[in-house]
Amino acid sequence: MAPRSTTEHRTRPRGRAQLAEGLGWLTVAAGVVWAIVQPDRLTLLHPFHQGFWWLVIEPPLLVMLVGAIFVFTVARPLVADQEERDGAAS
Amino acid sequence: MEPQAEMVHWLFAGGLLFLGLVLLCEVLVDEETWRKRAWRVYLWPGVAFGMGVLMWPVMTFFTNSAIHMLAHGSWAQALMIAGGAELGLARGKLHSRWWKLAIPIGLVVSGLAFLLHEQNPWFFARSAFLHHLNGWTLVIGSIFPFGLVWRPNSVVLRTGFALMFVALAVMLFCDRDVAPIFGHLSPLAGVPHR
Repeated sequence: MAPRSTTEHRTRPRGRAQLAEGLGWLTVAAGVVWAIVQPDRLTLLHPFHQGFWWLVIEPPLLVMLVGAIFVFTVARPLVADQEERDGAAS
Repeated sequence: MEPQAEMVHWLFAGGLLFLGLVLLCEVLVDEETWRKRAWRVYLWPGVAFGMGVLMWPVMTFFTNSAIHMLAHGSWAQALMIAGGAELGLARGKLHSRWWKLAIPIGLVVSGLAFLLHEQNPWFFARSAFLHHLNGWTLVIGSIFPFGLVWRPNSVVLRTGFALMFVALAVMLFCDRDVAPIFGHLSPLAGVPHR
């Protein structure tokens, strides 16, 4: 088996970190698709005469929110750390 | 003005989805990068412990029978013990690998609590179906963290463990207080609302 190049060694971990960020965006996309498929789960689309909790807790929005929180608090800093490590190694 | 039980399930589904994503992320990147920031090491055990703490108000305000109260109380304890043991391991205060058993034991306790406190058959209503499904997912899924005690670096086991949380989140998001499951809804279950 041919040895892997140094470049390949450096880019693969970064690619995996970016894949982790992709998981977050995929989660956001799943929430968007759910909202389109089942619009009745979104109380915001018909907000009149609804109680407080029905307006606050809406499952498709929760899924989007979790995905977004994951991207901006976990995945993005992780990609930055990976790039920093790659930069130090090169 | 309390939220309905199904809404509490959706909120916990959000927490479980976040846990699953964090665990999947940990599998994807190398350990050195993951441990570069101290807070990341405490992230999943901290979220698990926090969900255990939040389970207590659920037990206090949302249970309408002794068996429901016992089930939710046992989840609260199991999550707190598992999260606490993992926090101790992450901090370096605990060293023995046997502390890792807190997670599979916690999952089995949680799964059995689901199965034992659901008195109705699978197709009684959607919530009954999901109670059975959640229970068996937890009991069978405990194989993953159980295996991780001996093979902590196994990608298959770590991925399976993470995906179990994602699957549990999907099930909880599907939960409704009264709704049919595959066209079945017992007249004893009540009238479905929106």
